[in-house]
Amino acid sequence: MSDTQTAPIKVGLFVTCLADMFRPEVAFATVKLLEQAGCDVEVPAAQTCCGQPAFNSGDNHNSRRIARQTIEAFEGYQYVVGPSGSCIGMLHHYPELFDDRDPWKQRAEHLKARAFEITSFLVDELGFNAIESRFTGTITYHDSCSGLRELGIKQQPRQLLAEVAGADLREMQEAETCCGFGGTFCVKYADISNRMVSNKTGFAADSDADTLVGGDLGCLLNMAGKLKREGRDIQVRHVVELLADMTDTPAIGEADYDLGQPL
Amino acid sequence: MSRADIFANIRRGLRRSEATEAQRETVRQRLQQRPRNIIPSRSQHEHDALVELFVRMAREAAAEVVELDSLEQLPCAVADNLEQKQQHELVLASDSALTELGWAAVHERVECHQRVAQVGDQASLTLAFAGIAETGTLMLFSRPDSPTTLNFLPDTHLVVLSKQAIVGPYEDTWDRLREASPGRLPRTVNMITGPSRSADIEQKLQMGAHGPRQLVIFLIP
Amino acid sequence: MDIKSPEFKQSARIALQDANLQKALGNLKAGFPGKRASAVARMPEFDALRDQARDLKNHILEHLDLYLEAFEARVVENGGQVHWCRTSEDARQTILQICREQNAKTVTKGKSMVTEEINLNEYLEEHGVQPVETDLGEYILQLRGDHPSHIIAPAIHLNLEDVSEAFHEHHHRPKSDDPAVLMAEAREMLRKQFAAADVGITGANFLVAETGSTLIATNEGNGDLTQILPKTHIVVSSIEKVVPTLEDMSLFLRLLARSATGQEFTVYNTLSSGNRRPDDQDGPENFHVVLVDNGRSDMVGTEFQEMLRCIRCSACMNHCPVYGAVGGHSYGWVYPGPMGSVLTPQMIGIEKAALLPNASTFCGKCEEVCPVRIPLPKLMRHWREKEFEKHLSPKAVRWGLGGWAFFATRPGLYRWASAGASRFMRLLGGRKGKIRKLPLAGGWTDHRDMPTPTGKTFMQQWNERQQQEKQR
Ligand code: SF4
Repeated sequence: MSDTQTAPIKVGLFVTCLADMFRPEVAFATVKLLEQAGCDVEVPAAQTCCGQPAFNSGDNHNSRRIARQTIEAFEGYQYVVGPSGSCIGMLHHYPELFDDRDPWKQRAEHLKARAFEITSFLVDELGFNAIESRFTGTITYHDSCSGLRELGIKQQPRQLLAEVAGADLREMQEAETCCGFGGTFCVKYADISNRMVSNKTGFAADSDADTLVGGDLGCLLNMAGKLKREGRDIQVRHVVELLADMTDTPAIGEADYDLGQPL
Repeated sequence: MSRADIFANIRRGLRRSEATEAQRETVRQRLQQRPRNIIPSRSQHEHDALVELFVRMAREAAAEVVELDSLEQLPCAVADNLEQKQQHELVLASDSALTELGWAAVHERVECHQRVAQVGDQASLTLAFAGIAETGTLMLFSRPDSPTTLNFLPDTHLVVLSKQAIVGPYEDTWDRLREASPGRLPRTVNMITGPSRSADIEQKLQMGAHGPRQLVIFLIP
Repeated sequence: MDIKSPEFKQSARIALQDANLQKALGNLKAGFPGKRASAVARMPEFDALRDQARDLKNHILEHLDLYLEAFEARVVENGGQVHWCRTSEDARQTILQICREQNAKTVTKGKSMVTEEINLNEYLEEHGVQPVETDLGEYILQLRGDHPSHIIAPAIHLNLEDVSEAFHEHHHRPKSDDPAVLMAEAREMLRKQFAAADVGITGANFLVAETGSTLIATNEGNGDLTQILPKTHIVVSSIEKVVPTLEDMSLFLRLLARSATGQEFTVYNTLSSGNRRPDDQDGPENFHVVLVDNGRSDMVGTEFQEMLRCIRCSACMNHCPVYGAVGGHSYGWVYPGPMGSVLTPQMIGIEKAALLPNASTFCGKCEEVCPVRIPLPKLMRHWREKEFEKHLSPKAVRWGLGGWAFFATRPGLYRWASAGASRFMRLLGGRKGKIRKLPLAGGWTDHRDMPTPTGKTFMQQWNERQQQEKQR
């Protein structure tokens, strides 16, 4: 399927709010990978957020409104792909928002069947592993909860990272334990969240890796913020940056550089 | 009327009043036919392999297992075992299979009683109804000649188990138990896997909480 | 037990700073998860057993009235009595009544969370009956006037010194720091109590409809001594514990110990069927089963029905990072951890318990280990829905959500707002790539830096590129 000679696969990119706002590089890296894998990528303008903040706060009314908007925005794409297990996981929850008689339920199911997190899309759906990237350093991988437990993402990023020349993966202890982000949890239960992220940064440090990698910006911002506050010398990056050979930009939370572009 | 309220509430939740005849039939069938659920492959083997598995699992659960060539050897083996533990009193289930053995020959080493157990008893001897290989578990039940206190009060619990009584999964004992006690179960059925223990202090496992500190299984052919 | 769930946040903060508690919680994390994992690895059928257990529980719940009727009929045939109690109050009164009929002065108790739920000990004491907890952990707690913080390891929040201190004070013996000595001391003290008690109260892990039996699973053997020595045995159980047959019970037993302590099997699994038989030399003369509803029947047919599958193994709390950080007492009522965050709102009301189902990142670890596959995060989310519907959510949250949703449902405005926010944060962050203090985000920046956006939003940059390409 990765053969670019065949008709291109039409993919709608689900940008995700955090990539959009905090780290556009992640979305660009995703586009690059998809194009390398022979996809024709478009970015539907009618998308916003997946709706998870409303959904997890029990606000089903607004969750439904956002779900309908997202379903419509991605109508007509063969696949919907995004750089986040959590946001794509949310798209997979959409059918739960509509009852069986609601025609939106069908449409939600249809979206769910086409929605993939980027690493699992490349590996499971396209069988793509022609990664052309180089990264010198030791890395450790944090399994973000939604990707891991809702979408079964575990081996896919590791399989792709193994193709990155020079990257040496060292698993940390409790790679599968939550980092304490949890969306609004990290501000509503700041003390508990702080304990969880401290445990995580401790394990990351113990692994002796110099770069902490993961597939969800929420968790990565959380862990990077903590590492910076603790003054630990560990860089944090989204997995697609390594896979797309886009690691010349500063790591997350580490921008002692000219902002490059005018505000 | 709590009972009526509870049932009404359950039925309201299930969106029906009385159950339909079909539902009743489903329940009747399950209770009568008692279908087995998944039986782990571990417990499905030839009898010899099950005996071996039983011994391994019982030892893993910290039970002592002593293999004897015949039941006749029991009094002597019991005396030897208790000597090691510096015990010399034994409360015996009044089961004739046990009482008729040659205890007289060891009477200088072991003082035998036939009664229910009391606080302070050192050791008891009972006969197991079955051994379950899957987890090295003994099954015993209460009956006039095997009071349940014997299984719990003494410091050392000695149990005789015949190899024939070893089965693979728990399920095999249920059928045997229904046969042995037709109509209704004995008052108390004990499944015992190793000696008493607790990890309630700092999650560190300590043997001998309230039940027997030692469990010794004498395996006879 | 007083309800302290509304103070969850304060309790959690204190717990996080309590060095002794944190040390004790370390024992939990170092023990249970690893042991469970090894036990599961030895049972290749484990996941298939879980599926079957889930389906069987669903079948039972769909026929709950029928199985309960069958159970009741068999208990009576076995010579026992069944008492139905809609509320905690009903249950307490029923139990006291039975104790009074026996002129009971002391009752020994095996471990039972349902008796915690109905606040039995306090009630009995107030009415002149002395309860004596016999499970080692519960015994320690009773001496200290404390409550369980875990459903199977009740004293998990204590360290050796705490136990040593309590024993020294109550047993008047020299202090010891050897757990074996302490346990031997408890054994000796409780022997007398076992023999002297007029009534023994145990819980039940399962109620078998086919035989009218109740089953308890214990490692210590205290539950057995509690039920065979006194003249009267009272089983206090909740209604959802009924299973059809011994075969079905076996399925759950295979899951229970492995999920709970990582043991292959609990040391003592004991079936009790009615009262002592005519020629038996020991065993209780009276057998009572007190069936407690306490809100459970209200869950049937609702989005919370799946919670009734719970077999109280504790795996969800043993693996929960929130429980592991704050311990069980922070939850402020009887049932802690993820299962408690679903059950407690049902029993004490979402008004008082709203903080519990919110105290989760929805990491999903609990669901991953639950032997009966209860979707605990989903059920916690359902409580958040109830909270939202009832307008119980904090105002700031509702307004925040409302404002956010206003933008999120208007893509053009959303673009504009996110570009503005991105620019604002970049201005704040300056050249450092991170912000140490951000207005309105104290929860975040108290503990960590806030990485700043690296440039214009992706949407801005993408559109610019598209424009450039068109011009080319
Ligand atoms: S919810 Fe599941 S994991 Fe938690 S105690 Fe109940 S059965 Fe065990």
